[in-house]
Amino acid sequence: MVRVFRSLVIIAGLFQMMMLGPSYGQTSDEGTLRAEMARLAGADFDGIADVVTSLASIGDPEAAPLLRALRGGDIYWRKSDRLVVRAEKIPGRLLRLFDPLTGETLEDVKKRTIKKVKVNNTLRRSIDTALGTLTLRSPDRATRLDAAGQVFRNRDPATLPALDAALVDEADAQIAGIMRDARAAILLNDATADPAETRSAIERMVARGDPAARNILAGLDTRDPTLAAAAQDGIAAIDRSLRLWGYAQNIWQGLSLGSVLLLAAIGLAITFGVMGVINMAHGELVMIGAYTTFAVQEVIRASAPGLFDMSLFIAAPLAFLVAGLVGICIERGVVRFLYGRPLETLLATWGVSLILQQAVRSIFGPNNREVGNPSFMSGAFELGGLTITWNRLWIILFALAVFVFLLFVMKRTMLGLQMRAVTQNRAMAANMGIRTGWVDAMTFGLGAGIAGLAGVALSQIDNVSPNLGQSYIVDSFMVVVFGGAGNLWGALAGAFTLGIANKFLEPFSGAVLAKVLVLIFIILFIQKRPRGLFALKGRAVEG
Amino acid sequence: MLTPAPLNRKRLLNTRGWTFLIVLAAIAVGVPYLNATGALPDYAVSLIGKYLCFALLAIALDLLWGYCGILSLGHGAFFALGGYAMGMHLMREIGDRGVYANPDLPDFMVFLNWQELPWFWWGFDLFWFAAVMALFVPGLLAFVFGWFAFRSRVTGVYLSIITQAMTYALMLAFFRNEMGFGGNNGLTDFKDVLGFDLQSQDTRIGLMVLSTLAVALGFLICRAVVISKAGKVIVGIRDSESRMRFLGYRVEGYKLFVFVLSAMLAGLAGALYTPQVGIINPGEFSPANSIEIVIWVAIGGRGTLVGAAIGAVLIAAAKTLLTGLYPEAWLFVLGGIFVFVTIFMPRGVLGAWDSMIDEMWHTRGMDPRERRLAA
Repeated sequence: MVRVFRSLVIIAGLFQMMMLGPSYGQTSDEGTLRAEMARLAGADFDGIADVVTSLASIGDPEAAPLLRALRGGDIYWRKSDRLVVRAEKIPGRLLRLFDPLTGETLEDVKKRTIKKVKVNNTLRRSIDTALGTLTLRSPDRATRLDAAGQVFRNRDPATLPALDAALVDEADAQIAGIMRDARAAILLNDATADPAETRSAIERMVARGDPAARNILAGLDTRDPTLAAAAQDGIAAIDRSLRLWGYAQNIWQGLSLGSVLLLAAIGLAITFGVMGVINMAHGELVMIGAYTTFAVQEVIRASAPGLFDMSLFIAAPLAFLVAGLVGICIERGVVRFLYGRPLETLLATWGVSLILQQAVRSIFGPNNREVGNPSFMSGAFELGGLTITWNRLWIILFALAVFVFLLFVMKRTMLGLQMRAVTQNRAMAANMGIRTGWVDAMTFGLGAGIAGLAGVALSQIDNVSPNLGQSYIVDSFMVVVFGGAGNLWGALAGAFTLGIANKFLEPFSGAVLAKVLVLIFIILFIQKRPRGLFALKGRAVEG
Repeated sequence: MLTPAPLNRKRLLNTRGWTFLIVLAAIAVGVPYLNATGALPDYAVSLIGKYLCFALLAIALDLLWGYCGILSLGHGAFFALGGYAMGMHLMREIGDRGVYANPDLPDFMVFLNWQELPWFWWGFDLFWFAAVMALFVPGLLAFVFGWFAFRSRVTGVYLSIITQAMTYALMLAFFRNEMGFGGNNGLTDFKDVLGFDLQSQDTRIGLMVLSTLAVALGFLICRAVVISKAGKVIVGIRDSESRMRFLGYRVEGYKLFVFVLSAMLAGLAGALYTPQVGIINPGEFSPANSIEIVIWVAIGGRGTLVGAAIGAVLIAAAKTLLTGLYPEAWLFVLGGIFVFVTIFMPRGVLGAWDSMIDEMWHTRGMDPRERRLAA
C-alpha cells in the first residue's frame, strides 16, 4: 500500500515538473538525480563523496535541498526498501519522512526503521563546494551572488566545469564579474593550468585588488619564474592600492567624525564665539534634540507607522524649536544676569546642565533609548575600496547644510547683522536702536537650536542616553578653542582637522590614546596661538 | 570722614582663622572621643576624614581661584595623582597577600600577564618615596602645564577649558589597562599602611586626625602666602593682570608659584583620601569632579580660605545625605545650588555673612569699609 502511494507521489512530482516546464539552468532528467540519490543508501564515505561529485557535475539546482539536508545530517534510508529520505523529529518519539528532492511528506515512522547517512568534515567541505556550483544557476539573484562568492572562496578546481557552464548563461554583470574572479582564483589554485591562462588570471586578481586577491597571489605555487615574478609585481601593486584605499578610508572616517564634531561644536561657536558666553549646558541641548527625535519616533510608531521614514524630517524642526526654546529660557533666566562674568556663567550653566540631565533621566529613565534609522539611512555601499554607510554620508551632508544655513543667517539676515553689531559694540548697537536683550536671547536660542539639530543627527549613530551630551562637551570645546572663537570657518576647519587627525592616529595608537594625543596637541597648540586657528583681530580680542 | 587706613599688615591668624583652627582641633579631639563613647558610628569617622580631605582640596583651589583669579577646572587631576601615588604604595604594601599571592607584582599586573614591575612603579614600596611623589608629581604636572600656559598668556576661560581638557585626557589615559595603573578598576584592596591595619578603627581615627592636621597646615601655608608681600601681588594679578605687568612684576612667575603650590596641596589631600576611602580609580579625574570642587569654593565664598573648607564640607555632607535619601533629587539640588550661588550669592556663604555683619555695624554708625580695613 505504502509503495503504491509512493509511486503515485513520484509520478505526481514528475507530472508537476513537466507541467512547469524546464527549470532555470541546465535541465536534467529527474530520474538521473533519483538514481544518484538512491546510491546513498548504505554507502560508505567514499561512496557518498562519489554521489556528491556526480550531483555537482550534473549541476541541477534541484539537487540543492538534498545536499543541504545531507550536510545537516538529516538524510536517512529506510531499512525496509532502501529508499533515501529526509527525516525530521516530531513529538511522540517519531520521525516524519520527506522526499529529499521535492519536500513531499511521506510518513511518520519509528526511529529504528531508518538508518542515517553519516557525513564527516571532508564530506561537508565537498558538499559546500557542490552546493556552491549548484546554486550558481539558481533563478534567485541573491542566491547566485552568494554561490559565486562561495566558489571564489573555496577555489576548488573540480568546480571549474560547472562554473564555466554557469558563466555562459549568466546575464547579471556583477555576478558574471565575480564568477570570472572565481575562475581566475581557481586557475591560480591549479598547478596544471595553462601558463597563458594563469597569466591573465594574475592580471584579473591585480585588477580586483582586495586583500583576498592578494592572499591568492601570495599563495600561488608555480615553477615558472616569469609567472612568479608577475605574481610578485601584482602583490606589490595590490599593496600600493590597498594602502591608498586605507588612507582614503581614514580620511572618510575622519570626515565623518569631523562632521559630528562640527555639528556638536557649531552651536557652541555661536554662544561661546560670538557672545563670549560659556555654555556648559550645550551638550544637554544636544541631548534634548536627540530625545525629541526619540519622542517623535514613538508618536509615529504608535499612530502612523507608515510615516516612519519621514520621522527625521519632522524631528529636525521640532528639535530646533525645543532646544532653541530651552536655550532662550536659559539665557533669560540665568545667563542674562552674568554677562561680563564668564567664569560665573560657566558655573551657572554647568548647574543648568546637571538639572537638565536629571530631568531627562527622571522623565525618560536612565537607560539608552532606541532611535531607529529610516530606510534611506541604513545600509552601506561600496565605492572602490571604501565602504560608505548611508547614515554617515547623510550626517556629513547634514552638517554642511547646517553650516551653510548658519553662515547665511549670520551674513545675510537682519538678525545676523544685529548679532554682529551687538558683539562688536554693545553700547553703540543699543544707541542705534537695536534691542540688545532680544538679540542676546535670539543668538543664544539660535546656538541652542543648532545643538538640537546636532542631537537629531547624533541620535542616528550614538546611544541616546542622559549622558549623551557629556561625552561631546569637552570635544566640542576643543574644536571651538582650536578653530578660534567667534569664527564659523574656524569651527569648520577645527572640526575636520581634529576628526581626520584622530582617525589617522588611531591605527598606530588605539582609539583612546589617539584622543589623548589630540588633546595634548591642542593644549600645546594653544600655547602657540592662544586664540585659535582663525583668531579675531582688533578690538574684539580684548573683550 | 574716611581716613585712608595704611595697607595694614594682616596678622597670620585673625579671629576667623583662630576660630577655624579651634574647630579643627575640636574635631581632632572630639570625634575620636564621641566614637569611643559610641555616640558616633564608626563609618562616620571615615566620612569626616574624607570631608576633611575635600576641605583641604577646596582651600588649595581657593588660593588659586580666589586670590589669583585662575579658575582651574582640572584640580581633580592633581588630587587624583596624589591619590594614585599613595595608592601605589598601598598596593606594594599588600605584598604576597593578594589574590594571586605574587610577592613582586600587584594583582592586576599578574592578571594582565605582566612579567615585571614597570619602571614607574619603582621605589613605591618605600613610604617616604610615595609621600614625596604624592606632592612632586602633581607639582611637576602643574609646573609644566602652567609654564606653557602662563608664558603664552593663556588666561581666563581659555585656561579653564584647557585645564578641563587636561583632566579629561588623564582620565581617558588612566582608564586604559596598558597604562599600568589598574585601568578601570583603579587601585584597591589595600591592607595596611606603615604596618597599621587599614581596616581597624584605630588606624581610621589616626588618619582622620592626620587629615585635620593637614587641613590646618594647608590653611596656614595659604594664609602665609596671602598675607605676604607676594600675596598682595597675587591679588593684584587677579584684579588686573596687565596693570601688574606694566608695574614691572613678572606675572608668570607669581602665577606659576601659586599654581604649583595649589597643585601640591591638592596632591596631599589626595594622598590622605586614598587610604581612608580604600580605593582610587580613574573616575576621580572626571571633569565633573573637578567642577564640583569649584562649586565648593564658590558656595563657601572665594578668597576666604575658611569659606572654601566650609563649602566643601557642606556640599559633601549634603551629597552623602541626599544621594542616600533621594538619589533622584541630588543633581537637581546640586544644579540649583550652582545657579543660585552664582546669581544671588556671588560672595558665597561667608561673603553673605560679612555683608550681614557690615549691615549691623552700619546701623550702629560705623562705615563698613572702615571696619573691613581694620579687620
